[in-house]
Amino acid sequence: MADHSTFARRQVLRFVVAAYLFFLVAWPVYLVGRNAFAGGLGNLDDILTDPDVTHALRLTVVVAVIAVLINTVFGVGISIMLVRYDFPGKRALNALLDMPLSVSPIVVGLALVLVYGGRHGWFGPALESAGLQIIFAVPGIVLATVFVALPLVIREVVPVLEEVGDEQEQAARSLGADAVQTFRRITLPAIRWGVIYGVVLSLARSLGEFGAVKVVSGNVLGETRTATLVVEEKYLNFDKGGAYATAFLLALVAVACVIVVSALRPKEDR
Amino acid sequence: MSIEIVNVGKRFGDFVALDDVSVSIPSGRLTALLGPSGGGKSTLLRIIAGLERADTGTVRIEGVDATGLPPQKRNVGFVFQHYAAFKHLTVRRNVAFGLEIRKRPRDEIRRRVDELLALVHLEQFADRLPAQLSGGQRQRMALARALAVEPTVLLLDEPFGALDAKVRKELRDWLRRLHDEVHVTTVFVTHDQEEALEVADEIVVINDGRVEQIGSPDELYDRPANEFVMRFLGPVTRLGDQLVRPHDLQLSISDADGVVGRVTRVTRIGFETRVEVTTAGGQPVTVTLTRNEFQALNIQLDSEIRIRLAPGSPTTTTTATQPCAETSTLIPTH
Repeated sequence: MADHSTFARRQVLRFVVAAYLFFLVAWPVYLVGRNAFAGGLGNLDDILTDPDVTHALRLTVVVAVIAVLINTVFGVGISIMLVRYDFPGKRALNALLDMPLSVSPIVVGLALVLVYGGRHGWFGPALESAGLQIIFAVPGIVLATVFVALPLVIREVVPVLEEVGDEQEQAARSLGADAVQTFRRITLPAIRWGVIYGVVLSLARSLGEFGAVKVVSGNVLGETRTATLVVEEKYLNFDKGGAYATAFLLALVAVACVIVVSALRPKEDR
Repeated sequence: MSIEIVNVGKRFGDFVALDDVSVSIPSGRLTALLGPSGGGKSTLLRIIAGLERADTGTVRIEGVDATGLPPQKRNVGFVFQHYAAFKHLTVRRNVAFGLEIRKRPRDEIRRRVDELLALVHLEQFADRLPAQLSGGQRQRMALARALAVEPTVLLLDEPFGALDAKVRKELRDWLRRLHDEVHVTTVFVTHDQEEALEVADEIVVINDGRVEQIGSPDELYDRPANEFVMRFLGPVTRLGDQLVRPHDLQLSISDADGVVGRVTRVTRIGFETRVEVTTAGGQPVTVTLTRNEFQALNIQLDSEIRIRLAPGSPTTTTTATQPCAETSTLIPTH
């Protein structure tokens, strides 16, 4: 019975996928949550009343939002350039854009220190004498976060732009719309779901960035320590409850992002 | 003259799309750019619209030099083969787009859009999204959208190419009637000679990036300038070194003049009968007759017969040695 065997095979396949996701994702994340609430709301209460931790959380959110804004604006711009225009070096640029995903974040951090470092960097000293400190300060953290999340918006938007094609844009131009009007009224609505996905992915990535931020931030308590650095610090200092509670908050935001997007998305696009 | 194209050239890499093309397109008429695929006709249309930039030459629209103008400054309406509907906007908003860009008052936009939707018979679809329309309806919407801005010229790029045969025929008739009502200077691109002959006031035949001939459908069909136009506009067959239309040939058993041949094949297709006659020189000639003519002649296979060209019929001297594509594909050789 062919029907029976394909049914059975499908069931087995479904089970394998479910088990894989359970042991790799769901169970570990659940355990973080369970450990966070091991002593009731005490752990959460502790970290939320600790001014250093709340400062770190606020810093993480501010950095993530700035990085996402920058990456969205440049991501959409670069995507349009890549899809709609031909220019020499396009392939090289395309390959370069994947670099941040393939290079280890810690290498990114070191590289940024080499360029912007206050004492030995390329033009770090010049910037510093002009009163702008990059490394071991918030601009450095933003820079590192922008770098690691750079391709996410682009990789979501480029395929959508390619699929939509440029005929609608040409039609808009022939009907009298200038470049800005065409972008706002035609291109942006057509690619909006790609942009939203890119933004959510970037946001999740930016909130969770650790390696690059660790190198460039200097990890100064109450100044440049971000949420992920707090998790590490507390974990190493045997404050496991605090580490789990902070980790839980980070995971919560990520899960919330995913839920919000799937709720927002209209049925026809699914 | 509404559109003046002077010495326009365009290359894509090594490929010459347009080679020094000059055309004048008259005001208020329906003009077809006719030619085979890849011949440059769509490129010429896109250059008129400003969607493509000419490498050389100038384009004037209603006396204004438009060569360097971006598309939004040319006031042309453009209709695409694949509709280019704004997918996220309703039919009404699609049609209103050009007027909204021009910041017309809201009630004027509404009135004008209602008029246009009535003109293209889409009143009851005003609040639908393009995805909920058929291909023919989408193309009518695209046409209303292009007409909304009261364009100086209306340009259509293979407007019916993506539609099935029946809808294509309907829309073709409808475009002709619409043009008789609206009178906007219209240029449409097609590779279908029947479409061009049926709809257009004026036909520009374009091939290999060059203009082969410009004229009315009658002029082109009856007085083709060269072999290409002769072949492209209708069926042809060879008689000696002349290309002629198979329906311009007459057969006779009793006549004393004409080319002598022998009937080698008879094919009946509905109202039309194709008779293949092999001349004494061994050349196969196709003659098409109506059913009545065929029956009156009482032609028998393998009988001797004479072929004569009807007086005043168009002919061109052919240089090609291969058999005529038009007839050889339709009638298998033995």
